[in-house]
Amino acid sequence: MTPLLELQNVSVSIGSAQLLDGVSLRLERGQTLGLVGESGSGKSLTAMAAMGLLPLIGGHVSAGSVSFDGQDLASLTDPQRRALRGRRIGFVTQNPMTALDPVQRIGAQIDVVSRLHLGLTKSAARARTLDLLTQLRIPEAHAVAEAWPHQLSGGMKQRIVIAMALAGDPELIIADEPTTALDVTVQAQIIQILAALVREKGVALLLITHDMGVVAQICDRVAVLYAGRLAEEGAVAPIFAAPQHPYTKALITCIQQEGMARGTLRGIPGAVPSARQYPTGCRFHPRCIKATAECAAHTPPLVAKGDGQAACLHLPEPAL
Amino acid sequence: MTAPMLQIEALTKRFQTGGGFLKRPRAMLAVRDVSLTIAKGEVVGVVGESGCGKSTLARLVLRLLEPSSGRVIMDGTDLTHLAPKALRAARKRMAMVFQDPYSSLDPRFSVADVLTEPFTVQRRPLPPGQIAEMLTAVGLPTHMASSHPHQLSGGQRQRVGIARALALRPEFVVLDEPTASLDVSIQAQIIDLLAGLRDEMGLTYLFISHDLGLVRYFCDRIVVMYLGAVVEILPTADAKPRHPYTRALIDSGFAPDPTRRRAIAPLSGEIPSPFDLPPGCAFAGRCPHATDHCRTERPVLDATTHPTACFHPL
Repeated sequence: MTPLLELQNVSVSIGSAQLLDGVSLRLERGQTLGLVGESGSGKSLTAMAAMGLLPLIGGHVSAGSVSFDGQDLASLTDPQRRALRGRRIGFVTQNPMTALDPVQRIGAQIDVVSRLHLGLTKSAARARTLDLLTQLRIPEAHAVAEAWPHQLSGGMKQRIVIAMALAGDPELIIADEPTTALDVTVQAQIIQILAALVREKGVALLLITHDMGVVAQICDRVAVLYAGRLAEEGAVAPIFAAPQHPYTKALITCIQQEGMARGTLRGIPGAVPSARQYPTGCRFHPRCIKATAECAAHTPPLVAKGDGQAACLHLPEPAL
Repeated sequence: MTAPMLQIEALTKRFQTGGGFLKRPRAMLAVRDVSLTIAKGEVVGVVGESGCGKSTLARLVLRLLEPSSGRVIMDGTDLTHLAPKALRAARKRMAMVFQDPYSSLDPRFSVADVLTEPFTVQRRPLPPGQIAEMLTAVGLPTHMASSHPHQLSGGQRQRVGIARALALRPEFVVLDEPTASLDVSIQAQIIDLLAGLRDEMGLTYLFISHDLGLVRYFCDRIVVMYLGAVVEILPTADAKPRHPYTRALIDSGFAPDPTRRRAIAPLSGEIPSPFDLPPGCAFAGRCPHATDHCRTERPVLDATTHPTACFHPL
């Protein structure tokens, strides 16, 4: 079966800087793929490539291909791509505070999506909007539809942004750090809503996050990006049980857990390099506890591991 | 028992907004009757969600904001009634590390300028070699003194912010979400640095955070706030929570372990507006254990070794 979203060896450049280098991803219907990495690792850029939005930031796919439901995005015209976004691909932004138009009522902002993409009449669009709001467990949907964005709390606004993403009845939802701007108790609610959408509607979810806890909670597969390259990719259970790449392991162990003694939390030394100063060889080697001279000299290839893949010169030997 | 570093007594801050022609102003209590004693060398955490008053509390403690009532006493000196000159002298002994290392450093200042400013403000000469020493103490290379903030990563900037806070060798430091705008991978570095500096310099910390996991990892004692009031003080980091809100905060985090998935979010609803608080317990509307008693009468902290403001503690 063709995957719904497939990135094959995608490289992305802005000007002379190559920011993504040969990233490959597959996402099937009804599946949740987590895309993780620190700030500056290329997560959002991957999402923009998947939506064909790179020209907005002056970037382009310099190698490889992005296909949605078997269609190469590069072969589509601008209007065709525009018809895809909103209709078949819904997008949930990081900051719900800036994603809504402050001078338009909530209902109208959601209505416009289904009027534009599904060709619904004004009244049918509003009925659909109210239905969506109810599905997202928003109390008093009628009142909320008449409200202005500033009257709603952050968690409520994020639900509105999710309702907008759903209004075109998409097959794929791309959520870029959908809970980062929210309080912890509200974050748990939004993560639950997204998980329910995948389960009940069978949409595919590409979830960008820096939180390995969220990945463990709702993702089927996870792709770990570092400095524009894929470090590791695979099913969630084996990766958390036995991370192959030292970077994956470091991302998991830098979250404090219940009962952890003070002084035992391990961070990752240093910071993600900028695209103009990528180190030679494995880009993670200056921060890696396992690094050897070899790591600085050779770029590790992606090697198949179980049903996933990892790129490290010091991959653990499979257990016998 | 060591003498307290800081005593907070019935501290309250009332904010007024709106108002105008034919429009009544509305008032809210950002911090309501908070009392707390911090011993020398202790790390006390204050945790809560946005709008719970934790940052207001931090600013009141350093008198960056004037309280509506109540007192803050540092090592025997009542800060709330100090005249400006005496306050400036007292401020040498306290400092603050801000949440956002991107906006808390002047973009036109070099790192050396940033670290010189505390001395200028206090009209003290900059000791020779001080800047290099401060940079080394926070784990930055000394050549960074001539760098500007835009040349530094988020973690490096926050290290500069910490060096600035410690420049005058304060005894008491308020850490206002020092890792909230950093990657989790960088968070541990900063926490390690803060822990090491506390041991070396004998510092006392008030650590403000929204992340209960992090607070439990780093702090000796934990104050949990909800809508301006303290709902529970955990006497130790691993004490079992007694307030349903604290329990919910713990249960809202996701463990990085796919074998421990949960089906249900612990809380429904969101924090009500502080402008029209319900008459009873502020948490009653979201609490699974709430009864009519909770909705009509406000619980206060009980006088136990594990103070909790709840009629039905867990």
